[in-house]
Amino acid sequence: MCTYNTEKIEVTGSGKAAKGWFSLSHAAVYVDHPVHAPFAHTVNIDFINPGEGPSARVPVELTEEAARELAAAIHRALDAAPAGLASVNQP
Amino acid sequence: MTDAMRAETITIAGDGGTEIEAYLAKPLDEQPRGGVVVIHHMPGYDAATKEIVRKFAVNGYNALCPNLYSREAPGADPDDAAAAARALGGVPDDRLVGDVDGAATYLKGLDNANGKIGVIGYCSGGRQTFLAACSLQIDAAVDCYGAFVVNDPPAQMPPTMKPILGLAPRLSCPLLGLFGADDQYPTPDETAKLADELNRLGKDHEFHTYDGAGHAFFSVDRPSYRPEAAKQGWQRVFEFFGKNLAR
Repeated sequence: MCTYNTEKIEVTGSGKAAKGWFSLSHAAVYVDHPVHAPFAHTVNIDFINPGEGPSARVPVELTEEAARELAAAIHRALDAAPAGLASVNQP
Repeated sequence: MTDAMRAETITIAGDGGTEIEAYLAKPLDEQPRGGVVVIHHMPGYDAATKEIVRKFAVNGYNALCPNLYSREAPGADPDDAAAAARALGGVPDDRLVGDVDGAATYLKGLDNANGKIGVIGYCSGGRQTFLAACSLQIDAAVDCYGAFVVNDPPAQMPPTMKPILGLAPRLSCPLLGLFGADDQYPTPDETAKLADELNRLGKDHEFHTYDGAGHAFFSVDRPSYRPEAAKQGWQRVFEFFGKNLAR
């Protein structure tokens, strides 16, 4: 099925696509058909900067298990570091 | 008689006269040919869709697929273009109709055109096919598992995706519907409601729902591919266009 639903957030950071590194402005998260992963549906995450054009995109296509584990790993990594160390207002 | 064909990227006038990219495939002999507008699925104007366009040319039709994401992502990879269009909320309905109209006009202008136009679309393109067939004067339409023609979409859907059953009185041509019994968007219940409404209106239609198939069963490059349903479906498509696009 095509879900069409998209969670879109603003992000600050950088990503690397075919043309090299670029500043990110948004991330889009959606459960839908992948382009490459060998599954009917995956959790797709696009790190993008529409201002830099459609090719300024770092996509990943993850299984549900992988996406949940990634989310948990992000929390563990942040919890293990001093609070605010990677904040946009970092010391 | 020859089986030679030509396939290439061209520029056509889309909605509002805006130049958009499109993929054309046509037989090279001089027989009069019907034209088929192919509306690509939501993942975009990709290699598999271009293969479908060529398949129509192999089977004797001039076929043209407008890149519906030309404006958002000119020259981008199909997957990047689809992601960009998705992030912007999808293709507006009125612009889609204008782009299909532009593609039909281009096909009618070809030297070997017989004047007949069919439209076929997959996934989101299935809904867009119904939209085009209710908005333009065409000769045959094939809806391959288009959702949200009848039912309201889930919350959080982009505002471009609204049910369009109310357009059914304006359906301008016979409609072939090809659906999967296991599909959730559209469910067999939704396509049955569409059939009921077309029956009530006396609109010519022919629906087939394939057991063991879900959404996107025509997609040869995806795990959703179901060879049995796809083979039977293609047979229906060519019978249907053979009947309705001949002159």
